[in-house]
Amino acid sequence: MNSIDFTPFLISFKLATTTTAVLFIVALPLAWWLSRTKSKFKPFIEAVAAMPIVLPPSVLGFYLLVLFSKNSLFGEFLSSLNIELLFSFSGLVVASIIYSFPFMLQPLQSGFESLNKGMIEQSFLAKKSTFITLFKVALPNIKPSLIAALIITFAHTVGEFGVVLMVGGSIPEQTKVASVAIYEMVEIMDYKSAHIYSLIMLLGSFIVLLLVYIFNRKSKFRV
Amino acid sequence: MLKVDIEHENLEFNFTFNSNELVAVVGDSGSGKTTLLRVIAGLEEVNGEIVLDGEHWLNNKRSLSPQKRSVGFVMQDYGLFENMSVLENLLFVSNDIELVKRLLTIVDLQNLQNRYPNSLSGGQKQRVALARAIVAKPKVLLLDEPLSALDSKMRKRLQEYILILHKEFHLITILVSHDLKEVQKLASRVVTIDSARIKDILKINKEESLIKGKVVDKSSNGNSYTLAVELLGDIKIFSVKEDIFNKYSLNDYIDIDWSIR
Repeated sequence: MNSIDFTPFLISFKLATTTTAVLFIVALPLAWWLSRTKSKFKPFIEAVAAMPIVLPPSVLGFYLLVLFSKNSLFGEFLSSLNIELLFSFSGLVVASIIYSFPFMLQPLQSGFESLNKGMIEQSFLAKKSTFITLFKVALPNIKPSLIAALIITFAHTVGEFGVVLMVGGSIPEQTKVASVAIYEMVEIMDYKSAHIYSLIMLLGSFIVLLLVYIFNRKSKFRV
Repeated sequence: MLKVDIEHENLEFNFTFNSNELVAVVGDSGSGKTTLLRVIAGLEEVNGEIVLDGEHWLNNKRSLSPQKRSVGFVMQDYGLFENMSVLENLLFVSNDIELVKRLLTIVDLQNLQNRYPNSLSGGQKQRVALARAIVAKPKVLLLDEPLSALDSKMRKRLQEYILILHKEFHLITILVSHDLKEVQKLASRVVTIDSARIKDILKINKEESLIKGKVVDKSSNGNSYTLAVELLGDIKIFSVKEDIFNKYSLNDYIDIDWSIR
């Protein structure tokens, strides 16, 4: 066995950080709107946003592969702008954003829905804008949901396999993430390296989930 | 002057509150009292007209957002900002530190100013909510049972301060309360709401300690005589002496002491 190459972990980390940051910005206003709207389109939007939870990753990966390819109108349009999403890190980010979307949206929306409505109304009566109300009143009061959304999205992105393999392939130092690297090690029967990689992933996931539960416990008992 | 003429699925209300007036709104649970306050604050959508001193808060063309209305509101569930201390709750609304400190002293919370709402009792939360509603110096103050969680000593003290602040800041104050003694002490007029409509408007004479109620039922059992009297939308049962019982018939009006709750 050669010395351990940590590059797949770094790519996974970079992918998860970028995806989590972009998703926070994208999902936050939608979660806020969904928690407050009485629109008849709400169930439709919620169903579309939750699709990645029930869809097999290969189905999502297949459609993204078709969408990003130069044979599609969208792929052709991207190509005219010199944007190449297939088998690139940017493509991985876009695919991860779609795949992990509900994991950011749902905890945030449920946090906002459980918030005391009077608090939000009092902020409006204090002449505060929606933006100030969101960041100074709403978010600080749904900390457990916020932390859960960030950490679960991050962890879920690190653990992606099917979608990233189909959209990103396995290009060393570009799109080869840790989960794909493990799969390849098993394929060539390098079980020792696969064990080490898997153990790192296992411990990492456990620590992340432990942090979520410790934080939620602390928030619950804070006086 | 605040003119309110609204139609809502839970309330029809047409009434003009005079400048610097404190009006009590009474009625049974579910009669629409809280809805009225929420509509005035801009927290419920409704058709109609709300005009404050010539400024249209609501008409058939526009409805001002809560941010653009000058309203302080003590809600039944307080709506305190849980992530902020008592002091921060007030400073979030106004950075007039002198007024903030003065109001904290009035509601006797200066020693608890660094505590967070989840460590306060119901009465303490209610006092924070009252101070916070006033600190922005609103033109209209809405009080939804603002003193219900307080003991009688604190309640009396804050009643005095509500009157002082109401006068000092030239507020139009609308008070929802079930406490008739409190209503008599604070309000100059009482609006009774029943089944989502105004049933009665009563002017209060502060020198007068009696209020008229309508006898709606009579019953006697041996030496026990009771009258059921409708008083500002509520039915109160009184045990009375035989001569009083015989003096009044159904639908007669009877003088009741305000101090009866």
